[in-house]
Amino acid sequence: MNVSVVGAATTKFGELWGVSPRTLAHEAVEGALADADIAKSNVQALFVANMLAGPLGGQQHLGPFFAEELGLPVPAMTIEGACASGGLAVHAAVNSIRSGQYDTVVVLGVEKMTDHKPEDVATALMGAGSNEERLAGATFPGLYAILARAHMEKFGTTFEELATVAVKNHFHASLNTNAQFHNTLTVEDVMKSSKIADPLTLLECSPISDGASAVVLTKNHKGIRIIASEVATDTIGLAQRESLLEFEATKEAARRAYQKAGVTSKEIDVAEVHDCFTIAEILAMEDLGFFPKGKAAAVIVRGETTLGKTKKLVVNPSGGLKGCGHPVGATGVKQIVEIVQQLRGTAGKRQVAKARIGLAHNVGGSGATAVVHILKNI
Amino acid sequence: MIGIVSYGSYIPRYRIKLSDIAAAWKKIPEEVVESLGIAEKSVPGIDEDAVTIAIEAARNAFESSALNPESIEALFVGSESHPYAVNPTSTIVGELLGIGNNYLAADLEFACKAGTAGIQAIAGLIEAKHIHYGLAIGADTAQSKPHDALEYTSAAAGVAYILGSNYLIANLLAYTSYSSDTPDFWRRDGIRYPSHAGRFTGEPAYFAHVMGASQLLMKKAKIHPSDVAYCVFHMPNGKFPREVAKRLGFTKEQLAPSLTVSAIGNPYSASSMLGLAAVLDIAKPGEKIFMVSYGSGAGSDAFLWEVTEEIVNMQRLKGKGKSLVQNQIQEKTYVDYVQYLKQTHKL
Repeated sequence: MNVSVVGAATTKFGELWGVSPRTLAHEAVEGALADADIAKSNVQALFVANMLAGPLGGQQHLGPFFAEELGLPVPAMTIEGACASGGLAVHAAVNSIRSGQYDTVVVLGVEKMTDHKPEDVATALMGAGSNEERLAGATFPGLYAILARAHMEKFGTTFEELATVAVKNHFHASLNTNAQFHNTLTVEDVMKSSKIADPLTLLECSPISDGASAVVLTKNHKGIRIIASEVATDTIGLAQRESLLEFEATKEAARRAYQKAGVTSKEIDVAEVHDCFTIAEILAMEDLGFFPKGKAAAVIVRGETTLGKTKKLVVNPSGGLKGCGHPVGATGVKQIVEIVQQLRGTAGKRQVAKARIGLAHNVGGSGATAVVHILKNI
Repeated sequence: MIGIVSYGSYIPRYRIKLSDIAAAWKKIPEEVVESLGIAEKSVPGIDEDAVTIAIEAARNAFESSALNPESIEALFVGSESHPYAVNPTSTIVGELLGIGNNYLAADLEFACKAGTAGIQAIAGLIEAKHIHYGLAIGADTAQSKPHDALEYTSAAAGVAYILGSNYLIANLLAYTSYSSDTPDFWRRDGIRYPSHAGRFTGEPAYFAHVMGASQLLMKKAKIHPSDVAYCVFHMPNGKFPREVAKRLGFTKEQLAPSLTVSAIGNPYSASSMLGLAAVLDIAKPGEKIFMVSYGSGAGSDAFLWEVTEEIVNMQRLKGKGKSLVQNQIQEKTYVDYVQYLKQTHKL
């Protein structure tokens, strides 16, 4: 059974103080259905990706909440997997079609974070951490800083190389009207910004964002097909890991995805990867097999994954989590929306030339969940 | 015509450098000073509160005027640090100023715009010919929790305006207000320190309301930024007033004389009223002043003033008595962070 993405839409990401989660959901889902030219009456199930509506918004029953709001009286459920909620919801939706249960389903990723105090958001996000590590006071910037430090010590990765990831992704975001940030950065800007968790600075961390994205999936359709949808998990904390130089979950999900799709990493034209922090993109580049371990940072500095500077793989043309914004439940779905637009050739200023095969990589926590999707324009 | 008969300001003499607060919290001092546009802030003395500060400011206003305190028929004190939750600041102030008993007293609370709400209310009473003279005061010993971002800006000062319709130093040509339910900063009863919604205090709060009241005033008074000599805005930090002035089309030169924030921080209800006082200290007859306050929660009061010939004598008197805003800014004693904690009753 083949699963195709026939509709895809995203709202603008950012500090959307005047917009409620309901309004965000309407815009994303109705946009995706219009894009698919499918009536609401043909939708058979709704998968909602979200992480923080419970701890921050006091509402966790999001399946029927959004089914009612959107006028979709169908089976509806919430999928939660920290920042990988979006990717996991797409995975669950794909499997629901492959199993024969449904023909056409909608995936909505939605998150409203900026209405809440930063300390409350940080505490809620640590709901994705290991008990020992968060009780010890660790936050995600802190955990990723440990990973960055390990990478620097082992491979000589530099502050400048880390900063370049944010520079590239802000450049891409400047071309994306739906991105949270449209300002370009210099390496100096990034390095001079406030230290958050050494060696990571403020401009190396993805922002707190609001936004929603939606896709409509259906069986046996032409156009953009999901040729692999794989999930892998790892220990929830870093302490139990054998290595701090890689995300085993990413490697495992990617290995299986390439195998199922029958493609190699060399065939990927465009990728949306989980750059919650600059080091995360470097790890992803290596763990997804695009570049050998310890070699990705230099490649990024040479502009070999930047739009307009390379004829090969372009990474995070949407601006990634850093530039486009990171409304956590929406991110994984937005990555699919971006890849669909790239493969259709409708990405406008940020279009990757001749993109035929795309990959989306979504991570939960500090690598405890990884989701890899490979899409192809058939 | 309604307008200002006299005015007086009071800034406690104690200052703390922002770099000292930053150092206490292991922040990079240069980064804090640069990002806020404030070098130091005023600190109340250990026995100073909104009442004593209001009295000092009002005494300065009477000292520059021939008016007898008993002429005052309405006294409004705006503050977000009234010493009592129940028991008025305004009557203590009235008693010590010797206003007598034949006056309307009220305490106002509206975050940083409680003082300017008093100016509008008194202007209305005078316009209705219900009273002849009224006194509007904005006074605060602004509260902030140690280590909160507000700790770098919350300051203490008071400003008093005697309003009337004769012998005016500035005519009130027009005024507007713009309000909405926008909870960007709040403090529940019984809670010691205010809370705020971080970046939300910017665009949907400060900027939306200051711009809203400003645009209403420009429309009502049929003026453009180039028609006025000076502009004054509420100063929660050094950046917001500069940004809003730019957005509205005012020049840096029109704004600069009012920017008391860089030297004393944000004394909440007194902020824009102190900016106006600093401008009145140097303005020339015939010049117009565009002034907008902002109070969280949220609202803005906007005023268009026109300075009269009477200002010349007022400035001379204040200069002689060393009670100009600049005199009070210069008159200072530095305290370190521990002393600051003691004086603000945190230690």
